[in-house]
Amino acid sequence: MVEQTVVVQSEVGLHARPAALFVQTAAKFKSQITLEANGKTANGKSILQVLSLGAKQGDSLLIRAEGEDEAEALESLVDLIMRGAEATS
Amino acid sequence: MSLKFQGIGAAPGLCKGKAVVLKSQKIEWSSSSIGAADVDKEIARFNKAVETAVSQLEELANQVAAKVGEAEAEIMRAQALMASDPGFTEDVASRIAQSLMSAENAVQQASEEQAKMLEGLGDEYLAARAADMRDVGRRILAALTGTADRAVVLGRLQPDTVIVADDLAPSETAAIDIHNVSGIVLDKGGRTSHTAILARSMGIPAVMGLGTATEDISDGDLVIMDGNKGWVVVKPEDDLLKEFDEAIEREERRKQELSVLKDLPAITTDGHLIELACNIGSGQEAGLVLDAGADGVGLFRTEFLFIDRNSPPSEEEQFEIYKQVLSQLAPKPVVIRTLDAGGDKFIPYLNIPDEENPFLGFRAIRLCLEEKELFRSQLRALLRASTFGTLRIMFPMVADIHELRAAKREYEIAKAELESQGVQVADNVQVGIMIEVPSAAIQADVLAAECDFFSIGTNDLVQYTMASDRGNPKVAHLSDPFYPAVLRLIARTISEAHRHGIWVGMCGEMAGMEPAVPLLVGMGIDELSMAPASVPRAKEIVRSISYEEAKAIWEKVRMMTDKDEIRAYLEGLVSR
Repeated sequence: MVEQTVVVQSEVGLHARPAALFVQTAAKFKSQITLEANGKTANGKSILQVLSLGAKQGDSLLIRAEGEDEAEALESLVDLIMRGAEATS
Repeated sequence: MSLKFQGIGAAPGLCKGKAVVLKSQKIEWSSSSIGAADVDKEIARFNKAVETAVSQLEELANQVAAKVGEAEAEIMRAQALMASDPGFTEDVASRIAQSLMSAENAVQQASEEQAKMLEGLGDEYLAARAADMRDVGRRILAALTGTADRAVVLGRLQPDTVIVADDLAPSETAAIDIHNVSGIVLDKGGRTSHTAILARSMGIPAVMGLGTATEDISDGDLVIMDGNKGWVVVKPEDDLLKEFDEAIEREERRKQELSVLKDLPAITTDGHLIELACNIGSGQEAGLVLDAGADGVGLFRTEFLFIDRNSPPSEEEQFEIYKQVLSQLAPKPVVIRTLDAGGDKFIPYLNIPDEENPFLGFRAIRLCLEEKELFRSQLRALLRASTFGTLRIMFPMVADIHELRAAKREYEIAKAELESQGVQVADNVQVGIMIEVPSAAIQADVLAAECDFFSIGTNDLVQYTMASDRGNPKVAHLSDPFYPAVLRLIARTISEAHRHGIWVGMCGEMAGMEPAVPLLVGMGIDELSMAPASVPRAKEIVRSISYEEAKAIWEKVRMMTDKDEIRAYLEGLVSR
């Protein structure tokens, strides 16, 4: 299992398009993806759960991946959150 | 025999076509529970319905992306993700397996539960997604029960179709093939419904609020309609049809004539430049401003963000919309009016008490100065968006210098707050006011000294000056901007603005009235803001006169004492 904490960069938080992009990216991997923010946990492949975290710009987000492609999955997802500004355009 | 119906003209234009009637969609199923042996079969049925729903949504998203735009398609893409969301699908499967529910009942309950969960999170954006979740639930139910999907039907219509329906969801409107649909006729809806706004941006004439059109019109009926005047005639007689065909032809010719003016400036024959801008009431209408060949937005009403919901929009949600409009039109200026609630615009969560005289009551800037948090979040959202284009902020209903100062204080606080947080704010933001209360017009000299621009709101200015309720047909004749008293207030506002070196525009109905254009130019108005559809004709009028002639027109009108005489004179000048 691998995990990393990142700070949400997107101006709109993990809402709307950034949340959809996150879930679409997570779904490409076989690993289980879990997200933690504001004391809540979400399945990273569920748009409803990711949205319900209510993660805003500046919130820290723990991304955890577990499975055969965990390293690659974590890297892609961290990268996505770090590029937050782009994802909102 | 022909039948004529009067409704609300929701999107302009004349059209003719064959009716396709869409009745309201009822989804029915018989079994609410299943036997233990059927669990796997039921889950497989559900999975297949999800697949169908996802592929429909993806098809719709692609159609919408191509026809309307990526932003609108996002709604359907997010819905596709929801339909296949593991949290949702697992919930449905467990209801089927453990409670032995039919797939239909399980979908209905699970989607409702997810929607309630989203609503309960206390976030505006998520609450709006609850409607999406319910939409998704309905779509899967339709797939389970083999109910035809209306949006798919709408995408596959024959040419020259007039759609007749009870109501259309925005996603359905967006799915319409604009090449085949010539008009929309609805039982429900009105000018400000999202469907009306979409119809206008797609250029499809629409008449709404007819009540029983789906009962009075049958599939295949020939329908002619006028989206400006809001009437529909079913099975027109030959004479009327011939007359209507000629009217369509005239309209087409006229459009052609005016289209050559699109990229030309609104300048008089002797070189006096007028800014022609548009009034818009939603983010989607920004595209119409560019299509109309206008110089910017003279009035962006922000009420649409606040109505039809149970709590105010977040700063974030507002920021996104302001940013979108400002960047889409940059560098053209966009005047955004702060919330003008109250009067006839009812907003449930503001708890405005019932008032004897709502138009003289707790509304617009009066309300915003009390509801400081609401006002602050709007000002912050506006200022954050200011770096994406040319922003002008306008306060409505200012009646006295105290209100202007108080509103400007809130503006300064919001600005200082953002700057201390390191947020960049544009340094060219203008702050102005609507002149729509007679006291403001009378004191224009005082107010002009402390703001960057004026925009005259004639609808309220007329109503308050003439003391006539514009919604009351008995006194409607008094709601005319050509009364000399109103004209004097307008002239005074313009000359005082210029004496203090600020610009002055007009964003009320009068600005788009053909006979008013030469007069207002002659009075010295700097900007006229109107419905996008009125811009080409106004430009043609401005370009046909000289500033000297226009001034002479005002000099002549100034001496007239009878509004009928004034109107007749001005109408004579612009009649073609």
